[in-house]
Amino acid sequence: MKSDIKLIDDNGKRLDGRGIDELRKIKIEAGVLHRADGSCYLEWGGNKVVVAVYGPREAIPRHTQNSLRAIVNARYNMAAFSVEDRKRPGPDRRSKEISKVISEALEKIILTELYPRASIDVNIEVLDAEAGTRCAGLTAAGVALADAGIPMKDIPVACAAGKIAGVVVLDLGKEEDNLGDADLPIAISPRTGEILLLQMDGHLTLEEFNKAVDLAIKGCYTVSEIQKNAILNKYQSNQGV
Amino acid sequence: MTIVPVIKRDYICKLAEQGRRVDGRKFDEYRKIQIETSVVNKAEGSARVKIGNTQVLTGIKMDVGEPYPDTPDSGVLTTAAELIPLASPDFESGPPQEDAIELARVVDRGVRESKVIELEKLCIEPEEKVWIIFVDIHILDYDGNLFDAASLSTMAALTTSIVPASRFELGEDYPLPIKEPPISCTSVKFDKYVVIDPSLDEDEIADARLTVATDNNGDIRAMQKGLNGSFTRDEIQKVINASLNNGREIRKQLSQVTGK
Repeated sequence: MKSDIKLIDDNGKRLDGRGIDELRKIKIEAGVLHRADGSCYLEWGGNKVVVAVYGPREAIPRHTQNSLRAIVNARYNMAAFSVEDRKRPGPDRRSKEISKVISEALEKIILTELYPRASIDVNIEVLDAEAGTRCAGLTAAGVALADAGIPMKDIPVACAAGKIAGVVVLDLGKEEDNLGDADLPIAISPRTGEILLLQMDGHLTLEEFNKAVDLAIKGCYTVSEIQKNAILNKYQSNQGV
Repeated sequence: MTIVPVIKRDYICKLAEQGRRVDGRKFDEYRKIQIETSVVNKAEGSARVKIGNTQVLTGIKMDVGEPYPDTPDSGVLTTAAELIPLASPDFESGPPQEDAIELARVVDRGVRESKVIELEKLCIEPEEKVWIIFVDIHILDYDGNLFDAASLSTMAALTTSIVPASRFELGEDYPLPIKEPPISCTSVKFDKYVVIDPSLDEDEIADARLTVATDNNGDIRAMQKGLNGSFTRDEIQKVINASLNNGREIRKQLSQVTGK
């Protein structure tokens, strides 16, 4: 798919004015919902995501229970009005796949062995979508899990890198995702650097791949600081109440 | 019935006997209402409404499609609500259950029957092309009284919607043609007590529920009685009065936010 749009201009700036290793604007708020055990609202560029965590609670139906550990159910869902052409409500193949890879990423980091037969439910609602919703969702899920007091080895964080106009860049925007050459979302455990989620579509050389992974991981660490601040902020603003 | 609701019911009824409610409100008093519009960029219109801790987000999307054969020169309205598991530990995923369908239909009737949207102005080519309006109601946090939060957020979202004509190469974008929206007020009855804007606990122990939508002339535009309890004529009169009074205040707040 070729187009006349120049994804990187002569000054090395991208369509929205960002440099090649610059993230979009990110805003995270913890504890935004009343009923949920833990919650998070996150804005990442034009993405708006809200996450609610329920649990640990008894896993139902019973046959889903694991007698040795808790199961982690992430449910990624897009609001009908979150995209240009209205999306039919309910899960489709794409959202089921994203739910699965996010569940698996979170399972690795949560101390599931503490809660046999329980489920930890992570509901990710995308309210406004603009490229990179799975990273936004997983990052918000990390904050919501911490807010719910779920024991974890670390707060998971995600970020994507990609390739546009032949250059490896951080955090693809809408047009860059549509017209670019490759997209590579990654989730890590920032304390150990372990990779919890890795997907890629497009075309990268081995060298470009390594560069993209480095860039995405660097992005993860930046986002990780914003996550920690969001959690700290919640407790600071609770002081004296 | 499990034991907790029985104890709660006992407690709430005892308080009600002294004319009090768990959160200190009067029987005809609403919780604090917050309305915020244009919160979703991708939507043609959107609004987030908080009534106490209950939080509902409604988004409007529009598309071009075929009209119904019986109304060949009118736009089409469809309303859907989802009780997503995000909003409450008791909501489950899956296709909409009857509670969600009742909620969507009550909101839909409030919009349709009171002709809030001037659907006849949304015809592009009779019998061929009209605007289709999708109202999607997203419950984010369920702490009682979904009906009013859903209806208010729908009215706020519709009032601030822009028809995306340029995206379909049909000229310039223009505001959705809207008339004064009615305001829904819901009351519930438990034992012999009737309270407006039920909290979650009151919702859960309610025997009967009555939603009344009123307009700025003080007329009634839609009603729905729910649950298996009953009301007396006298109680219905009181509910209507309380709905008129609260509706007036809520309408003021809505028009302040939407500027209409």
